[in-house]
Amino acid sequence: MIRLTDVAKEYPRSGVALAQVSFEVKKGEFVFLTGPSGSGKTTILKLLYMDDKPSQGEVWINGVSSKSASGREISKLRRRIGIVFQDFRLLEDRTAEANVRFALEVTGAPKATIRPKVARALTQVGLASKATSYPRELSGGEQQRVAIARSLINDPFVLIADEPTGNLDERATRGVFQLLRDINASGTAVIMATHDLDLVRRSSYRTIELNHGRLVFDSAESPASARPPDEPFEAFDTPSDSMRPI
Amino acid sequence: MTIAFSLFAFGLFGLVAINIRRALEQVEERVEVRAFVSDSADIESVAAAMKDVGEFPEVRRVDYVSKEKALERARKEMGEFADVFEAGVLPASIEVHLRPGMRSPTIVKSVADRIRTYQFVDDVRYGEEWVEKLYRLRNIATVAGIALGVAFAAVAVIIIGATIRMTVLARAKEISIMRLVGATDMFIRLPFLIDGLVKGVLGGLLALLFVWAANRVINEYFIQTIFFDREMIFVGVVGGALMGVMGSLVSVGRHLRRI
Repeated sequence: MIRLTDVAKEYPRSGVALAQVSFEVKKGEFVFLTGPSGSGKTTILKLLYMDDKPSQGEVWINGVSSKSASGREISKLRRRIGIVFQDFRLLEDRTAEANVRFALEVTGAPKATIRPKVARALTQVGLASKATSYPRELSGGEQQRVAIARSLINDPFVLIADEPTGNLDERATRGVFQLLRDINASGTAVIMATHDLDLVRRSSYRTIELNHGRLVFDSAESPASARPPDEPFEAFDTPSDSMRPI
Repeated sequence: MTIAFSLFAFGLFGLVAINIRRALEQVEERVEVRAFVSDSADIESVAAAMKDVGEFPEVRRVDYVSKEKALERARKEMGEFADVFEAGVLPASIEVHLRPGMRSPTIVKSVADRIRTYQFVDDVRYGEEWVEKLYRLRNIATVAGIALGVAFAAVAVIIIGATIRMTVLARAKEISIMRLVGATDMFIRLPFLIDGLVKGVLGGLLALLFVWAANRVINEYFIQTIFFDREMIFVGVVGGALMGVMGSLVSVGRHLRRI
């Protein structure tokens, strides 16, 4: 489904961002992308949603290759990818419902399908009651949920999240993370870049660690341990323990 | 309003240009070849020659000016010195009026040379010097007109582009989200193209109104001028629309990559 082959990315001013990165993500997987600031996590995510092309190597995602993708193909691909950011990226002058609806309106969805889809997405993230609230009236966690609802609206096969809990307190973080786990449990792959090692340690998902643009650890290739050897294991709540939406 | 003003400057320039052109054309109409007929010429030869000359492709009209008529004209022009001329002093002549576009020094000279070959023609005059000066002036005016016209149009396009660019920047966040969720480039561009088109047309119409008002003021207090005809107005408004679209295409295209 997603495959990076010997991907390198160099920027004229800041130099090498990625070097010889290769990995695959299967359907329905949950993958953490970890590493210090500047390690290349955001760069990889940008390449995944084809906001940029690799300087070398190939990014292949659901039949679209970075070597040959046209503008139209990229637009179509992005409709099947959900993207969520640390800063939520909501439109301040629109309600939660309008923000979610926006994603359908600008991609030419038939008008009749918009309302029910939006309602379903907001319910899925536990914000049906806040449909008419503006972003400024919502907490950080709620705003991120709206962003997630917007990213789910076109039934993506993968949800890409760049530090989705970076701006949230611990309670909101746990709520949003739980939501992402639930989404993953229903079949959508999730690739989440995060600094929050606590979150990573307390779950048993695959972890890819980057440092200075290189892939230094991939738990999928170390079946003996799901995480780097010197990290203690601490189980996180299982998906069936539902958290109160924050 | 910025667009309207830049188009207004363009329009004013246009107004000046067409009025200068009209003034030059009016002067050009006075270009004529005058062939002085000898006193001994017989009327049939002259008439035949006039018919001949009338059929030259360059010639619009041939008139015969008799001695008496020549005297009358001269007296009228001289006003208080009318009695300077006595009857019989001025010769008869054939006045050859040329078609528009056939008034370059070379053509006029060639017509004059052909007329000179007729036996009864004593002399041919066509104001050689000022024909050449006029022609040169006309060429300069045309080139300057085109150059300035292009410059004004470029300024209008740049200003329209800048106005659209401001709109694009104001909506940068919205555009970035549109790109993220998979809106096509054309879907994003189209509203801006339409915006540019509308702004260009409205700006053009507003500019037209300003120019018309300016023209009225000039006519009222200064000199008689002509205004644009219907075709020019149509071309002007379409031009404004095109400049609007072009300005949009350039500024949206450039910023779409950056957002």
